[in-house]
Amino acid sequence: MTTLVSVGYIVAFVLFIYGLMGMTGPRTAVRGNWIAAAGMTVAVVATLLQPGMGNWLLIALGLGIGAVIGVPAARRVKMTAMPQMVALFNGVGGGAVALIAWVEFRVTTGYEAEPLYVAIASLFAAIVGSVSFWGSGVAFGKLQELLPGRPVTLGRLQQPLNIVLLAAALACAVIIAAGGRSEWLIIGVLVAAGLIGVMVVLPIGGADMPVVISLLNAFTGLSAAAMGLALDNTALIVAGMIVGASGSILTNLMAQAMNRSIPAILAGGFGSGGGGGAVAAGGGGDRPVRSTSAADAAIQLAYAGRVMVVPGYGLAVAQAQHAVREMADLLEAKGIDVAYAVHPVAGRMPGHMNVLLAEADVPYESLKEMDESNSAFPQVDVSLVIGANDVTNPAAQSDPNSPIYGMPILHVTSSRSVIVLKRSMGSGFAGIDNALFTDPKTAMLFGDAKESVGGIVEELKSL
Amino acid sequence: MPIESIAILVLAGFVGYTVISKVPNTLHTPLMSGTNAIHGIVLLGGLIVLGHGVDGVLNKILLVVAIAFGMINVVGGFLVTDRMLGMFKQRPGERRPGERGSGAGKEGGQ
Repeated sequence: MTTLVSVGYIVAFVLFIYGLMGMTGPRTAVRGNWIAAAGMTVAVVATLLQPGMGNWLLIALGLGIGAVIGVPAARRVKMTAMPQMVALFNGVGGGAVALIAWVEFRVTTGYEAEPLYVAIASLFAAIVGSVSFWGSGVAFGKLQELLPGRPVTLGRLQQPLNIVLLAAALACAVIIAAGGRSEWLIIGVLVAAGLIGVMVVLPIGGADMPVVISLLNAFTGLSAAAMGLALDNTALIVAGMIVGASGSILTNLMAQAMNRSIPAILAGGFGSGGGGGAVAAGGGGDRPVRSTSAADAAIQLAYAGRVMVVPGYGLAVAQAQHAVREMADLLEAKGIDVAYAVHPVAGRMPGHMNVLLAEADVPYESLKEMDESNSAFPQVDVSLVIGANDVTNPAAQSDPNSPIYGMPILHVTSSRSVIVLKRSMGSGFAGIDNALFTDPKTAMLFGDAKESVGGIVEELKSL
Repeated sequence: MPIESIAILVLAGFVGYTVISKVPNTLHTPLMSGTNAIHGIVLLGGLIVLGHGVDGVLNKILLVVAIAFGMINVVGGFLVTDRMLGMFKQRPGERRPGERGSGAGKEGGQ
């Protein structure tokens, strides 16, 4: 590596770290993102300036194809589809690592003349990259609803099968490291690792998906760092490891917010067992549900002093955030205090709901974190739950048999009254019933969230 | 010997740990998306291997695909992150800095 390239890489590291630091605060985040992007540009240019580079046409072809696919995909994706888009971008990164590892094997004829550490790092990158690619693909399929969102399991065969696959991938890798030259070995590594990715993500329920995407993100970072060791490239090592470490922490923070441990998530089957049915029976499924109309809901809201909106994924899929804002404006014009209680995992990714509400110009200051919301609920006259289910489910606090027992929730029942906007009596993404719906304080307004809120807005205007 | 590389690896791990330890929940998704864009750095791996010359059509095809994948990861990642963060832009004069500080502090404690 020449001095020029090394200096370019060092500049890129500074920009990455400075950019990431900026991204940890709402005010500096936009700039931070562009600083990191500038760092990436510097790193790419420095790499292309390496002496002895060739194959310019093919390089331009690869970059061109990537840009032509990536730019419109990022520009056109709807805000609600953001989680699966992140999963997809993460997956192709892992795929790139796996492909490079494969070519490395081919051009070095099985790491024939390479030191052992190169083989180990490259094989590690191949395994983790392939897991990330296929796992992210399945996560994308689930979030895009191409695959069933509910856990798909093989029952008792699941764990032994995963162990067999892992053993197969490792066995192929060990044979290669010990001197195996057959190309089928590396293909075996990639295929077995890919199957692990599929089999591990397939049984994971939709509610845990954000944590999984974050984990796969960290995986891709680690595989990039390993690839850096194999290629002796500091840019890959530094950037990959920063992502690997920060991604692991982010994954842990997310898992904590849901009171789930990462091994428990990976063991799978969230909301899949008989437990869900038991909760349905014990959770008061036969108590009467009180339904209300948009007109009654509007009157109830208009005569409240404080209203707390509790948004959930239902709001996101119905694209109701703009209607909610219109309603909040009408209420605020009447002197009513409106705030939003945002659960850390509302929506399908942490912070997802904040993004959607911010899109509808809801002021950042009205978005309340969970602790702040829970201390505010006793003073709230009406809690308006819009398409949120699991994050308000009292069973998480009261029923040790519930699959979500222990997950911190928003205590909407401590407010004076509750209106729940919901499409039907169906259960939430985690597949469990909610005793909130049959609480005497609760009135249900059935229908599409956007139409229901629109109805309330019309009624408020005519009051 | 890759000792320097391993030293760099360990130190970079600590940098990643330190930078991310205190982030408000609100920014988890954009931050995941941002770090996601940064691991698009694997693009460089494809560039180096292809740029220094490989033989064989299959090798070339695999590397072009790898570079395309890396490029999708990079440009898509940064653009999506920018769109997400753009949603947080404030109308002028609405921000009360005091609240921001206390909110961020609370997150750190969780």
